[in-house]
Amino acid sequence: MNVGLFIPCYIDQFYPNVGIATLQLLEKLGCKVGFPLNQTCCGQPMANSGFASLSKSCDKNFVSNFRGFDYIVGPSGSCVLHLKEHLHDEQHPGEAEHIRKHVYELTEFLVDVLKVEKLNASFPYKVGLHNSCHGQRGLHLSSMSERNLPAFSKPQQLLSMVKGLELKMPSRPDECCGFGGTFCVFEEAVSVKMGKDRIADHANNDVQYITGGDTSCLMHLEGILKRNGSKVKTIHIAEILNSNA
Amino acid sequence: MSHNSTLKHAEAAAQFINDEPRTNWHDETLWFVRQKRDKAAHGLPEWEQLREWASQIKNHTLSNLDNYLKEFESKAQDNGVIVHWAADAEEHNKIIYDIIAHHKIKKIVKSKSMLTEECGLNEFLHTKGIETVDTDLGERIVQFRNEPPSHIVLPAIHLKKQDVSDTFHEHLNTEKGNNDPQYLTEAARQHLREKFIESELAITGVNFAVAETGGFVVCTNEGNADMGAHAAKIHIACMGFEKMIPKAEHLSVFLRLLARSATGQPITTYSSHFHKPREGQEMHIVIVDNGRSRQLGRADFRNSLKCIRCAACFNTCPVYRRSGGHSYHTAVAGPIGSILNPNIDMRANADLPFASTLCGSCSNVCPVKIDIHDQLWKWRQVLVAEGYVDTTKKVGLKGMAFLLARPGLYRFAGKMGRGIMRFFPWIVNNKLNPWYKQREMPAPPKQSFRDWYLQNKKQ
Repeated sequence: MNVGLFIPCYIDQFYPNVGIATLQLLEKLGCKVGFPLNQTCCGQPMANSGFASLSKSCDKNFVSNFRGFDYIVGPSGSCVLHLKEHLHDEQHPGEAEHIRKHVYELTEFLVDVLKVEKLNASFPYKVGLHNSCHGQRGLHLSSMSERNLPAFSKPQQLLSMVKGLELKMPSRPDECCGFGGTFCVFEEAVSVKMGKDRIADHANNDVQYITGGDTSCLMHLEGILKRNGSKVKTIHIAEILNSNA
Repeated sequence: MSHNSTLKHAEAAAQFINDEPRTNWHDETLWFVRQKRDKAAHGLPEWEQLREWASQIKNHTLSNLDNYLKEFESKAQDNGVIVHWAADAEEHNKIIYDIIAHHKIKKIVKSKSMLTEECGLNEFLHTKGIETVDTDLGERIVQFRNEPPSHIVLPAIHLKKQDVSDTFHEHLNTEKGNNDPQYLTEAARQHLREKFIESELAITGVNFAVAETGGFVVCTNEGNADMGAHAAKIHIACMGFEKMIPKAEHLSVFLRLLARSATGQPITTYSSHFHKPREGQEMHIVIVDNGRSRQLGRADFRNSLKCIRCAACFNTCPVYRRSGGHSYHTAVAGPIGSILNPNIDMRANADLPFASTLCGSCSNVCPVKIDIHDQLWKWRQVLVAEGYVDTTKKVGLKGMAFLLARPGLYRFAGKMGRGIMRFFPWIVNNKLNPWYKQREMPAPPKQSFRDWYLQNKKQ
């Protein structure tokens, strides 16, 4: 199966290890992975700020990079959700539609398409899982505390396959961390307060790491943790699932 | 009370958060209400079905609103009720004032009506020299303090019992420093009893107006709507035109959803059904548009009119819990207010759709399935298109869009700016980088993922 690797712009620039882990993991699981070299961004930062009209060229660039793959996989629920909901290209509508229907967030791709049942990974630490809103409520990576529906969690299912990992869920299992794209700077006070509260909830469980499927949420939490001199670290779920046994 | 503040949500929220222990208390109090809601909702196996029914009944009603409103009017008139139509807040206030002036009324009690807050009725009557007593306990507390309600169901939720004690000491002469809730409630009860007995005219809101009967239902926990309406010789009920439901049997869906969503109670303590004036009483209904037909005409936003004002979206909203209702500077705060208020005044309320992380929890708790977070996103597009956002934001995002549409330039900018995060223009455009105020920057890596890939993987 021919997989196009989508590495969101801020991962490419600031967290290359997340991209490397994603690529290695997909290859380990038997995928033929291509990385289109002219990719930039999904367009979400503009669209969520009300400037969806400005992301047309971004969309076009995305389509020209990612047409022709069976699947497109990226380690970010938020970017993938944006593509699923908003990717359009007037000149190549069929190709844009194919991408919208075949773009996957990493954990959902592993569970739903590759149907991974075991992983040769080991991570002997106490880990808290942060459910990112767009992955959870947008892509339905796990059940939501508000809804009266059967419980499930794709990220938890995968983490349970990792040797030595002790998973701890916070008391509010799906409260937003406050990143929210440009919200993190335009509503700085609320954004940081939300992040501090998420961290406090995880800290009550004595976790060593906070993981999740969205580097943007983790970057925000990491910024607060570091500022406050905390020993708790953030790590993307791809890095845990790719950790060597 | 009107909101005089010109502060935008972000600034007002920052002031609220300055008192961090109080912010924690506010967050935890409302989270407790959300948990009570979860227990009540998850205890009903048919919960999701009820939401779907409620949504469909409201969708149907909104699509046939003209007919249902006419049916309601004619049934209510048959019942001996006087029906008024108000195009806007001004007309609403004038209709009520005319009734008051006609009867030369001095003593007025009012039970909770967010519509009268939206229309600024109390202030309007005040300018005419007429005082209105709010009889909902929370509303009375904020009225004493000359503050607007901060929450549509729990109007004084921003206050602690010591605040209430201070307020009652000042206005009701209670003992200074006595914070005992029992003592304070009793003082309010005695005070309000007097007002009920004296009152000549009672104003109430409406939770549901039933087209087939011409009757309406008012839900309260304190029974204050009933006390007012039963003691006074004139009862005026005010409603936004979206309160309509076709049949009485539909109440079996909405009454089960409303209180469970609002507070986790199976039903409000009082669900009072009004149909006709008692002998010697005069009953009026004022049906208000005030921008609602405009909202009904906006395809993307019309279903915001399904709202039954339960405030579940407030209680679940992580931003609301940490910024307080007053930071929304409108009668209806919270996520639902942020999609209703831009319709009323786009310029004044352009900040509100941005006061959200788009986490989606609001849409999940909504008992009538309003796609609140999607509408927040859509309002952002409208506000930008109509020119209601800051120029700096516009310049920054335009620059970013330009960069991200050009792969070569993107890589060049990344190489130049990774270390100081110049990469994200919205950050560099602010002189005092708001990211860095309370957060460290990510440590700049030696190479981008793409550079690593070219070095290690490219065949």
